[in-house]
Amino acid sequence: MAKVTIDGKTIEVPDGTSILQAARMIGPDVAPPTMCYHSKLKTSGGYCRTCLVEVTKGSDKDPRPMPKLVASCRTNVMDGMEVGNLTSPKVVEARKGVVEFLLLNHPLDCPICDQAGECHLQDLGYDHGSAKTRTDFERRTFEKISLGDKIQLHMTRCILCYRCVKVADQITDNRVHGVLNRGDHSEISTYIEKVIDNDFSGNMIDVCPVGALTDKTFRFKSRVWFTKPVCANRNCDKCSGKVHLWYKGEEVLRVTGRKDQWGEVEEFICNTCRYDKKKTSDWEIEGPAEVNRHSVISANHYQVLKKGSEFKLNDIKPLPITEGEGS
Amino acid sequence: MQLTNRSKVVVKKEMSFVEKLYLPAIFSGLSITIKHLFKKKATLRYPEVTREFAPVYRGMHVLKRDEQGRENCTACGLCAVACPAEAITMDAAERQKGEEYLYREEKYAAKYEINMLRCIYCGLCEEACPKDAIYLTDRIVPSEYSRGKFVFGKDVLVENIDERIDISKRKKSYKID
Repeated sequence: MAKVTIDGKTIEVPDGTSILQAARMIGPDVAPPTMCYHSKLKTSGGYCRTCLVEVTKGSDKDPRPMPKLVASCRTNVMDGMEVGNLTSPKVVEARKGVVEFLLLNHPLDCPICDQAGECHLQDLGYDHGSAKTRTDFERRTFEKISLGDKIQLHMTRCILCYRCVKVADQITDNRVHGVLNRGDHSEISTYIEKVIDNDFSGNMIDVCPVGALTDKTFRFKSRVWFTKPVCANRNCDKCSGKVHLWYKGEEVLRVTGRKDQWGEVEEFICNTCRYDKKKTSDWEIEGPAEVNRHSVISANHYQVLKKGSEFKLNDIKPLPITEGEGS
Repeated sequence: MQLTNRSKVVVKKEMSFVEKLYLPAIFSGLSITIKHLFKKKATLRYPEVTREFAPVYRGMHVLKRDEQGRENCTACGLCAVACPAEAITMDAAERQKGEEYLYREEKYAAKYEINMLRCIYCGLCEEACPKDAIYLTDRIVPSEYSRGKFVFGKDVLVENIDERIDISKRKKSYKID
């Protein structure tokens, strides 16, 4: 077991845990944001640099700080390690730079993009970025690429997180796409635009943190905040069958895997569930999906509030007072 | 209990001779009426004459086109989610090849409806719009006989290419680039 302190909060975790996982165990307040790391995909992480943290004390045995910021998804904890995330001005500054780099080539076409509202890059830019870019150069552009009749690839929006490549490697049996070229010229491609078609290919859409891979059957149908996510399941011989149905009125507009609080898919679903079962009668409805109150998806969805009779005075708790503010 | 100081105590006393004549009271009343005839009129002969609006007046909406006459709206839905009265609904569609002169971006609003009876003219849609597409103008919503006609579609809201609607007064003075 190793004791690690992140932003002043201490937790004991098993050896071999990464700093990121330890931070997530403490809670969302201290967890660094991630773009490329995905807890269900092996060897993911280490590309995007958004989860950089500062290690101010290496361990009890060797208390020297690490000379540079480290990627928390790829660095394991040591006993007595002290990590600064949001409390470290160095990290906040570096993250701002990382967001600026990610947005160098990412188009600002959120009004068109189907991912808007559940886009990790949008959240990241909102939380950690600056409102302006300093680059003078044009963004790189690509033609839209159609990967079969179900998946649309917008290469301009891709941030090269490699998640979809890992999905194809680890979930499906036959990977036909990958990252071509190097450095600034890298792009996701099926080379000669080979159609991606296997039972679990649709998961590429779910793991894509931006709008580079989008569902063609949902393309421009509705904005995500006009749809209502509902938990549902069905007996599927290929996958777990646990999904979110996105309703607009009575109509199921799309089916996705369930995402956890970090926006990562819990269980991958097959293409039959995703594309072919879009009737309420196909599913056993469990109830409305939990949506973060701060998410735009919960906008204008009225939730049942506590009744006055059920409300106790002790339920009201004072807001925590943060020190060092306002002086 | 006395609530205000404006109450008048009624005194039922006998009227004097002059008061009983009534004529002085009639003339003093008439003089007020005649005085008002020569005052500046508080009303205008609408619709021939229209009153000047304040630059921040919020009237009927317009969906703008750009300089080349293409519709600005991309049906991003931000106006609808910002709308506190939930008056706006829309359906998006993908721009086909050959329609580039009609719509500015690859997605456009196939249907865009504002229920003018729900609208409270708060201007939040205009504030939310990232594409400079919707503006509230100084035009007044025309009256109708049925409620259904107050659901304005794109045919009413989108400005004509020939008769542009001037919104320069309302255009955002700040710019984020």
